[in-house]
Amino acid sequence: MAELGAGSLLLGDPAFNYQEAELNERLKRLYPAVNEDETPLPRSWSPKDKYSYIGLSQNNLRVHYKGHGKNHKDAASVRATHPIPAACGIYYFEVKIVSKGLDFLSSLLPLSPIPGWDKHSYGYHGDDGHSFCSSGTGQPYGPTFTTGDVIGCCVNLINNTCFYTKNGISLGVAFTDLPPNLYPTVGLQTPGEIVDANFGQQPFVFDIEDYMSEWRAKIHGMIARFPIGERLGEWQAVLQNMVSTYLVHHGYCATATAFARATETLIQEDQTSIKNRQRIQKLVLAGRVGEAIEATQQLYPGLLEHNPNLLFMLKCRQFVEMVNGTDSEVRCFSVRSPKSQDSYPGSPSLSPRHGATNPNLHSAGADSPTCSNGVTPPNKNKSHNKYPGVSSASSSSSSSPSSVNYSESNSTDSTKSQPHSGTSNQEETRCVQTILTTVSALLCEVSKKCQTLVAVCVLVEDSCASRQLCGGNQAATERMIQFGRELQGLNEQLCREYGKNVTHKKMLQDAFSLLAYSDPWNCPVGQQLDPMQRENICSALNSAILESQNLPKQPPLMLALGQATECVQLMARVRSGSCSFARVDNFLH
Amino acid sequence: MCEVTATSRHYVDRLFHPDPQKVLQGVMTEVLGSELRTEGVVVLGSELRTECVVLLGSELRTEGAVVLRTECVVVLGSLAMGTENNIKSLVDCHIIPALLQGLVCPDLIFIEACLRCLRTVFISPVTPVQLLYTDPTVIPHLMSLLSRSPRTQDYITQIFSHCCKTPEHQTVLFNHGAIQNIAPMLISLSYKVRMQALKCFSVLAYENTQVSMTLVNVLVDGDLLSQVFVRMLQRDLPIEMQLTAAKCLTYMCRAGAIRTDDRCIVLKTLPCLVRMCSKERLLEERVEGAETLAYLMEPDVELQRIASVTDHLVAMLADYFKYPSSVSAITDIKRLDHDLKHAHELRQAAFKLYASLGSNDEDIRKKITETENMMDRIVSGLSESSIKVRLAAVRCLHSLSRSVQQLRTSFHDHAVWKPLMKLLQNAPDEVLVMASSTLCNLLLEFSPSKEPILESGVVELLCSLTQSDSPALRVNGIWALMNMAFQADQKVKGEIVRALGTEQLFRLLSDPDTNVLMKTLGLLRNLLSTRPHIDQIMSSHGKQIMQAVTLILEGEHSIEVKEQTLCILANIADGNTAKELIMTNDDILQKIKYYMGHSNAKLQLAATFCISNLIWNEEGSCQERQDKLRELGFVDILHKLTQALDPNLCERCDTHTHVHAHYVIG
Repeated sequence: MAELGAGSLLLGDPAFNYQEAELNERLKRLYPAVNEDETPLPRSWSPKDKYSYIGLSQNNLRVHYKGHGKNHKDAASVRATHPIPAACGIYYFEVKIVSKGLDFLSSLLPLSPIPGWDKHSYGYHGDDGHSFCSSGTGQPYGPTFTTGDVIGCCVNLINNTCFYTKNGISLGVAFTDLPPNLYPTVGLQTPGEIVDANFGQQPFVFDIEDYMSEWRAKIHGMIARFPIGERLGEWQAVLQNMVSTYLVHHGYCATATAFARATETLIQEDQTSIKNRQRIQKLVLAGRVGEAIEATQQLYPGLLEHNPNLLFMLKCRQFVEMVNGTDSEVRCFSVRSPKSQDSYPGSPSLSPRHGATNPNLHSAGADSPTCSNGVTPPNKNKSHNKYPGVSSASSSSSSSPSSVNYSESNSTDSTKSQPHSGTSNQEETRCVQTILTTVSALLCEVSKKCQTLVAVCVLVEDSCASRQLCGGNQAATERMIQFGRELQGLNEQLCREYGKNVTHKKMLQDAFSLLAYSDPWNCPVGQQLDPMQRENICSALNSAILESQNLPKQPPLMLALGQATECVQLMARVRSGSCSFARVDNFLH
Repeated sequence: MCEVTATSRHYVDRLFHPDPQKVLQGVMTEVLGSELRTEGVVVLGSELRTECVVLLGSELRTEGAVVLRTECVVVLGSLAMGTENNIKSLVDCHIIPALLQGLVCPDLIFIEACLRCLRTVFISPVTPVQLLYTDPTVIPHLMSLLSRSPRTQDYITQIFSHCCKTPEHQTVLFNHGAIQNIAPMLISLSYKVRMQALKCFSVLAYENTQVSMTLVNVLVDGDLLSQVFVRMLQRDLPIEMQLTAAKCLTYMCRAGAIRTDDRCIVLKTLPCLVRMCSKERLLEERVEGAETLAYLMEPDVELQRIASVTDHLVAMLADYFKYPSSVSAITDIKRLDHDLKHAHELRQAAFKLYASLGSNDEDIRKKITETENMMDRIVSGLSESSIKVRLAAVRCLHSLSRSVQQLRTSFHDHAVWKPLMKLLQNAPDEVLVMASSTLCNLLLEFSPSKEPILESGVVELLCSLTQSDSPALRVNGIWALMNMAFQADQKVKGEIVRALGTEQLFRLLSDPDTNVLMKTLGLLRNLLSTRPHIDQIMSSHGKQIMQAVTLILEGEHSIEVKEQTLCILANIADGNTAKELIMTNDDILQKIKYYMGHSNAKLQLAATFCISNLIWNEEGSCQERQDKLRELGFVDILHKLTQALDPNLCERCDTHTHVHAHYVIG
C-alpha cells in the first residue's frame, strides 16, 4: 500500500503540473482561436514519428543524436506530435542548442508518414546559415548558430510565410507560399548533439506576442476598411432596420418608437403587442413567473398549451422563484402587498442583473444602457446553453448554412463557395469581414443612436432580508411544497404523453435539490437562484410569443452575430490563418 | 491683389469703430477660413494687427474683457495659420511678448488660446526660437502651466520641442525641471499629449549626457522611463510613436545612459528601427529609421553584427536606391513628385546606414559590397548634386575602404578613385575630410588604385590640403603623403619633397596638432628609407632636417613623437654619406646617448638602433666612427644595455627599423 501511495505521489509531481499549467495558459493566450478538441497544438516531440537514431528525454522535449554521424545519410529527424493548426494565425516555437555537433537543422515538414529530408521540407542549417526548401541545396539566409544559441521558427499562416529567429532577433522571411499542415521538426546529424524544444513551456526569447499584435492590428484595420459592396443596398437602412428590430424584439417599446421616429423608419409589430411582450418579460425577469404564465395565457391563448416544454420550463422556474421568495404565489403571504415589494418598480425597461460570472455581459452593460439587456452575450450563451432545445438548436442548425448564403449574396463577384472547400479561403475571409463590419458598425450605431433615448434602468438587488426559504413564511413554504407536487404531476403527465424527457428530469431534480439544503443560496445547485438565470427562459418565452405571431424569433442582429461567429470557426476549419485575429469578441466592447 | 485689397477695405474701416467688440466680430466672421483673405488682411491691415496686439495687451476692465481678448487671440492664431509672411509680420509687431504676457492671466481658456497661438508661431521656421528664451521668467512659467490641462500640455511640449535647437536650450529646459514636469505626461490618457511628451524627450536627450543620465533614473507610475519607452515600441502602436520612442532610447544609449548590450536596445530598439526601414513604411519614416539606426550602432560592433542579420537589413536597404521607380513615373505625377522629393534623402540615409554597418566587421563589408550594384551606386552617389548624398556616399566608401580585400578587389574594379579625386577638387570641408581620409586608404601600398592615383597628379592636391586651416584636413593630407611615400620610388619621393617644399614640411613639424606632427615625422621616415634615397635627400636637405630633429628632441613632446624622431635619426644613420651628418654633430650624439639611458624602453630601443646603424657598416670609415663612439662612452652603455635589455625588446628592434604605413581609422 505504501508503495502505491508513493507511486501516486510521483504521478502528481507538483513541478511537472506547474509547468503543464503554465504551458496550457501560454498556449491559450497565444492561440485563443484554436479548438484543441479538433486540432491539438504541438506540445512535445513525437516518440512515434522519429528516426531510430533520435533519442528523446525530458518529457519528450529534449532530442539527442545517437547514430554514427558519418555522413548525410546518417542524418535523422523528429517531428512534433501534431501539425500546426491554421487557427493559430501565427505559430512559434523555439529550440535551444544545448550541445552542438557538426550540423544541425531546424525545419518544418508537411504532413507525411515519415519525415524525409528532401520532399516538402523547409529548414535552416546551423553550420552554414543556409535555408533549404524542398531540396538539398541551400540558399544563403542567416548567420550560423552553435551551442547556447536559441533558434526560433515562426510560421505565419495568414500570408503563408516563415521566418527564423536567433537569440530573439528576427532574421527575416525565409520561405513564402508554404503548404498547410506543417510539423515543427528538428534534424540532427552528429553524435553528441542535443537540443531542447520550447513549445510554450517557457517564455520565448523572441517577443512573439508583439509580432502577433502587429498582425492583429493589421487584420482589424483591414476589416475596418473593408469596402461594402453595392449589392448590399442601402447600408444605412440595413443598419437602422437591424437596430430597430433588435429593440422591438426585446420589447424596448419607447426606445424603438423614438428610434423609428429619429430615423424615419417603420416598426412592423404594433405597439400593444410590443408592450404586452415587454410586460411578460418584465414579470419573468422580476422572478414573478406565475404572473407571467397567467399573462401569457391571457394574452396569447393556446401558446403554452402548444408548447408543453416551454410551460414545463416556466413552471420549473416558478418553483425556483418560490424558493427564492420572489414569485407572487409565495409573496402574497408576506405582510406587505406584492405591489409595494415589487423589486422593479415601474422601470420602463427592465434589465437583468449582471453578475460577475459573465464578463462579456458585464462589459456590454457597462458601456451603454441599451446593451444592458445583454445585446449579445445572453444570445451567445444561448447557443452553448444548457437549454439547447429552444434557441441553440435553431441557431446552430440554421446559421451555419445561412452564413454561406450570406457570403454568396453579398460579396461582389463571389463564386459559389462550398463551406468546407479549401479553395474558398479568400471568399470566407471576405464573408466574415463583411459580417464583422456589419456587426461592429451596428454596435456603434446602437450605442450612438440609443444612448440618449433609453431610459435609465434601475437595478434593484433582491433584498437581503428575503434570503430565506420562500421569504421565511410558513404558509408560503406549504404553498411551494404543494406547487412542487403539481410540478411533479405535470412531469409525469408529459412523460405519458410525449415519452421520457431527460432534460425535464434533470431540471426537476435540480429544482427540488434546492430544498435539501438549509441555505439554498450557498449550495451546489444554488446557482439556479441567481436572477441571471431568468434571462434564458425569458428570451425563450419571448421567442415563442414572436413565433406565434409569425414574427422572427431571433432579431437579425443576433443572427448576423451568430453567423459571424460561425464563420470565424469555419475559417479555422478551411485553414485561413487570419481567423485567429478576426475574432468576434474583439469587436464587442 | 487689388481685389483682395478692395474686399478687405471695409474690415479695416471698421477697425476704428469705438466698440472693440464690434471690431473683432467683424474680423472674426470674415477672417477665419480663407487663407487668401487672411493674407489680404495681414498685408493690408497693419492697423488691424497692431490693434489686435494692443487689445491683447490692454487691461480692459469692462465685463467680458477676457472673452474679447480670447477672441482676439483666436483671430491672431488664425492669421498665424496662414503663410510664412503672416507669421513674419505678426512677429514683427511683437506678438510673442504680448502672448507670453497673456499667460499670466488666471483664465484657463484664455491661456490655452495664447498657447495655441504661440505654438503656431513657434513651429514656423521663420520664427527665431531665441524669442522664447529672452525673458528668463517665461520657461519657469510655462513649466508651471503644464499641469493645467491636456491642452496646455500639448501646446507647451510642442513649443519646447521646436525651440530646443542647441545644447544651451537643452540645459535651460533641463534646469527648469523639464524632465520631472513632462515625464508624467507619458502616461496621459490623451495620445496627443503622450506623443508630444515623447517628442520633447527625444529632442532633450539628443547628444546630451546630462539629460540622458537623468532620464534613466526617472520613474513614471512606478516604472522606469526606459520601460515606458520600450512599451511605446509595441508593434500595434502608431508608427510615429514607435519611431520616436526608439529615438529616445537611441539617444540615451549613445549618451552612455543605457548599455549597448541592454536587452531594451538589442531586442527592442534595434529591431524596431530595422522595421522602420522596411518597404511597408512611409518614405519619411524609412529615412528617419535608417538615420537613427546608423547613429545607434555607429560605435558598437556587436550591434552592427546583430543589425546586419536582422530582417535582411542589408538587402532591404538596396531598395532605398529605387526611387523614383519606373512604376511611379508612369502611374501618376503626384507619386513621382513625392518620390523625387524623398529620393535624395533615402539615398543618403542608406549610405549612412551602410557606412555605420560596415565600419568594423569585414564580413559585413563583404555583404554590403556584394549587394546588387552597390559599388556603382556609391560611385554615382559621389557625383550627385546633393551635398548630403555626396557626403554620405563618401562616408560609406570610407567605411568600406578599411577592408584590405575590398581595396584590392571591388574598389579597383570600379575605379572609385576617379570620382573620389573629382570630389576632392572642389568640395566643402566636411566632404573633403571624408574624401581625403578615404584617399589615404586608397594610397596604401597594397592598393592597386595607388598607381593610377599617383599618375593623376594627386600630390599637389594633398600638399594644398596640408595648408588647410582645418587640423583634420592637414592630418589627412600629410597622412596620404606619408602612405604615398611608403616604399615609393625616387621619382615619387622627389615629387613629394618638391611639391610640399621644405618650408611647408618644417612648418608642419611645428604644427600645434600632434597628429599632424606624427604623420609628418612618418612622412620623413618613409622618405628616408633605402640608402640611396637617404643620401640623396640628406645631401639636399640635410641641414634643415637635422635642425628640425634637434628641435623636436629638445622640445616638450610625447614619447611617441620622440620615438618617431629617433627612428628618423636611425634611418639617417643607415645612409652612407648621411651618417656623417650625425657623426659630425656632437650635440645630436649626446642626445642619442641621453635617450639610450632613458627610462622608457621604446626610446632606449630607438636610440640604440640609431647607434647600431652608425657602427654597423661594411665600408672603410667604420673603424673611425667606432672609435669616436667609444670615445663618447657609447660602448659602455651598450654593454650595460645588453645585460639589462629585455630580449623581447631586442627583437622588436626590427620593427623599429622601418616605418610602416598606417591605416586611417578615425
